[in-house]
Amino acid sequence: MTTEQITSAIREFILGRYPELELRDDEDIFRLGFVNSLFAMELVLFIESHFQLSIPNEELALDGFRTVDAMAALVERTATSGVAAKG
Amino acid sequence: MSMDGTPMVGIVGSGVMGVGTAQSLVQSGHDVVMVDLNQEILDRAAAELARNMRLSRLLAKPGQEQAVPTAGKVSYAVEYDALAPVDFVIENITEKWELKKDLYPVLDEVCRAEVCFAANTSCTSITRLGSLTARPAQVIGMHFMNPVPLKPAVEVIMGHHTSADTLDTAKDLLASMGKEAIVVNDSPGFVSNRVLMPTINEAIYLVQEQVASPAEIDRLFERCFGHAMGPLQTADLIGVDTILHSLEVLYEDFNDSKYRPCPLLRRMVDAGLHGRKTGQGFFTYQT
Repeated sequence: MTTEQITSAIREFILGRYPELELRDDEDIFRLGFVNSLFAMELVLFIESHFQLSIPNEELALDGFRTVDAMAALVERTATSGVAAKG
Repeated sequence: MSMDGTPMVGIVGSGVMGVGTAQSLVQSGHDVVMVDLNQEILDRAAAELARNMRLSRLLAKPGQEQAVPTAGKVSYAVEYDALAPVDFVIENITEKWELKKDLYPVLDEVCRAEVCFAANTSCTSITRLGSLTARPAQVIGMHFMNPVPLKPAVEVIMGHHTSADTLDTAKDLLASMGKEAIVVNDSPGFVSNRVLMPTINEAIYLVQEQVASPAEIDRLFERCFGHAMGPLQTADLIGVDTILHSLEVLYEDFNDSKYRPCPLLRRMVDAGLHGRKTGQGFFTYQT
């Protein structure tokens, strides 16, 4: 999956909940004031189920979920380490 | 009681509120005994608890993440006898009188005489629950709000016979969980639901009458009043079915038409649109 596909899936999920949001991929969604901590948890669950991966506990910090770019990086990091672990 | 004097707490009912309360207790160092009807329900609760504990790392302050999952422990049981060693009971079963009516006499029998019972309820009369036991002075209400670990305060309800000692015990337990007790007297819906439920009901009427969409209604409350969450997202979080049930209880208790549930609310419940827990309510959710 390309980075663009990952970012667009994440963006789509966020906009599905907040359709009125004009969101740049490098914009802090928490700072925009729309997103609460419960939605952060939903983001974790969405990323894990959509990309079929398990985010390592040490990556479970709000900073990794602040922007679409940060989440995409997290997905790529986790997916890569998953492959490495299997190999 | 654990070695360091931290009360061991019995949780009866392992739904969303039971699991949330257990998480809050474990994270504040309490041992918990969780009782529910069968193993399948308990397994689900254990999985939910583990998942929520893991996700709570998201909100933990840097450096404190590791302390969380090991701070306490939970044991699970289908027999009420398992509550014999606990120092305090928090009851979180479904808000149905027929179920509560049968439970409290059992608690009275299995728990030591000095143990207090807190009903985690948003609408059931604490005085009436107290009348089911031989210890009405030791029955109190603790209306926790969802998600329990994130809420800094609890609506604590004094029944007609609830004693000052019981209130102190309840306050101490809540303080140990990092929560403030806001004490009110027993009355249908207490304070929070008496105000919140008609508010949500009216918001649903606005949706039904197409005055505004759920997103617009909620945005007014969030952006203009500074509420963390609008009334319809709140309804989804509490459970659309629970909102209907609470309104029905208020309607019945006060015989006042101002609590009449909106027809759209009833239709959503019938359609299974119960909010976050079913993935769809006024908004759509990831389950």
